[in-house]
Amino acid sequence: MATIGVLIETEEGKVKETNFGVLTAARQTGSDTIIALLLDGSADNAKDVLGQYGAGKVVQVSVSSGDMSTSPDLAARALAAAIENFSLDALFGLASAIGRDLFARLAALKDLPLVSDCVAVDLAAKTVKKSHFSGKTTATIKLSAEVLLFALRPNAVEAVEAPTEAAVETFAAAVEDPGQVKVVETKKEAADSVDLTEAAVIVTGGRPIAKAENYKILEECAHLLGGTIGASRAAVDAGFAPHSMQVGQTGKTVSPRLYIGCGLSGSVQHFAGMKTSKVIVAINTDKDAPIFEKCDYGIVGDLFEVVPALTEVLKEKL
Amino acid sequence: MQIYVCVKHVPDTAANIKVVGENGFDDAGCKFVANPYDEYGVEQAVQLVEKNGGEVIIVTLGKPAAVASIRAAMAMGAHRGILVTVEDQFVDSQITAKALAAAIGQDGKADLIFTGKGAVDTEGFQTLYRLAAAMNLPVVNEINKMDMADGKAIVGREIGGGARERIEVSLPCVLGATKGLNDPRYPKFPDIMKAKKKPVKEIAMADLGICADAPASELLKLEKVPERSGAKMLEGDVRQAVEELVRVLKEEEKVI
Ligand SMILES: Cc1cc2nc3c(=O)[nH]c(=O)nc-3n(C[C@H](O)[C@H](O)[C@H](O)COP(=O)(O)OP(=O)(O)OC[C@H]3O[C@@H](n4cnc5c(N)ncnc54)[C@H](O)[C@@H]3O)c2cc1C
Ligand SMILES: Nc1ncnc2c1ncn2[C@@H]1O[C@H](COP(=O)(O)O)[C@@H](O)[C@H]1O
Repeated sequence: MATIGVLIETEEGKVKETNFGVLTAARQTGSDTIIALLLDGSADNAKDVLGQYGAGKVVQVSVSSGDMSTSPDLAARALAAAIENFSLDALFGLASAIGRDLFARLAALKDLPLVSDCVAVDLAAKTVKKSHFSGKTTATIKLSAEVLLFALRPNAVEAVEAPTEAAVETFAAAVEDPGQVKVVETKKEAADSVDLTEAAVIVTGGRPIAKAENYKILEECAHLLGGTIGASRAAVDAGFAPHSMQVGQTGKTVSPRLYIGCGLSGSVQHFAGMKTSKVIVAINTDKDAPIFEKCDYGIVGDLFEVVPALTEVLKEKL
Repeated sequence: MQIYVCVKHVPDTAANIKVVGENGFDDAGCKFVANPYDEYGVEQAVQLVEKNGGEVIIVTLGKPAAVASIRAAMAMGAHRGILVTVEDQFVDSQITAKALAAAIGQDGKADLIFTGKGAVDTEGFQTLYRLAAAMNLPVVNEINKMDMADGKAIVGREIGGGARERIEVSLPCVLGATKGLNDPRYPKFPDIMKAKKKPVKEIAMADLGICADAPASELLKLEKVPERSGAKMLEGDVRQAVEELVRVLKEEEKVI
């Protein structure tokens, strides 16, 4: 029976919700030994919530010298040591900005195969599925190695609870920092902003949003749904939104459960970044807008009327 | 400065991908471009050499047709190219990185190596890390800002939720470029003509002593993702349409 490690990401000490889907995916491989690894935050605080999703063991990984939060190479070395120590057959994690980077460092360090941004894992067959060609095709990839690495696309696997009693352990990795890459500063924009690539719901405003303040209208709606807001390149280029909000070929690739596009024409480049969303809704004044050809639900109307109405209804019904 | 830029020859993201057989696609029937993220690396390298002097060398692993992307990068100002030729449509990242490292190592001493943050075809997000490991160099990906001082590069990168990191990395190093780093130039006609005369060295991957047998990751199957076939339109006045939407999302789709 396989022993699977899951790298848990925390934010301000709290376990990010997107981890629960990753724990679920690890469990769905049939393994009954799930070891959650924490590099930051605290295993004691995380123990209950991780146990809720089937982690039998929660391990606080530490290093004797150096700081993993400012040295990704040190963190990768600590993970490599943990893989050996716990004889892991696979390590699962999130394909977030941090996770993608850490998994790639680990894969390069140990020369192990890695599938980044994968959406389904079959550990017995050693096959994994992921998007190729910006969502136009799905690739099935066969891996052959002793230890396999998977960075899962956030929200790709729906979290399912499987309560178990988690035991906390510590593991001190005897590793050294090569000291060549050092994070000297981390700046946060807004404290409560959900990361676009990890959001379960995204409400996006295109060119007709017309000014930066108008995103508040979308934000109110997105917050009620527990999500965040996005923008098209046309809106970013016009200065209505920062580039960090751009979805598409030259922006973020997202895959939320629900994507609501308001005032988007439906360009190929925008869709390259969000077409793998589970449900896509479009709101557009033009009944012939191309976006209606490639989404799931459409409303013909002015976003400045439809979105506030949606917010009202959500307030009443959620 | 001797700067190498790894550029992958990839289908345009707007191109239609026609799957052929179990695990291939019709590459003759689709438009290819230099991987868009790699262009930010090319632009950065060309600007650095314009300022400090030196040479920009493009390194590509691909089928013979991939020379077109080397020419495109040379039209942006790169001086010469190296094409590592393979027969296969897909080469896994472990092998690719070893071949790129061997080609660079054989050619000269790198002061800096740029790549893109990821290839838009296979979306691997890892080749540059493996290249860095093979060459024993540090690596930082997704950089959208860069300065150099005291033998170090100081780079900026976005880590989601609008958060940004500033990172110091010792030189030489491998840097993965993304949007925001610069504005890649559009080559003018004379530059395109000049690029045709710039040298490109072709090396077969086998001649680099790299074995492509038994890759640790292998593409078994490629399947077209079915396109959505048009929206279900929600009718009525605004209030009715929105109420119906909330009902469907809650009760049928179960996404809210
Ligand atoms: C190389 C390249 C890369 C690109 N990368 C990206 C990318 O990463 N992301 C991206 O988004 N784009 C990208 N683009 C640009 C893309 O081609 C489109 O130009 C862009 O996405 C259009 O943005 P839009 O849909 O907001 O605006 P428009 O195309 O102008 O569409 C606006 C839509 O809103 C409707 N509308 C108008 N008023 C209202 C209203 N009051 N209420 C509701 N609907 C209204 C209109 O009917 C129209 O359909 C890229 C282009 C290129 C060439
Ligand atoms: N076949 C290739 N030839 C040249 N560069 C490549 C190749 N494959 C990957 N790269 C480089 O590595 C980066 C990351 O690629 P990937 O890991 O495949 O997403 C790309 O942006 C390129 O700069």
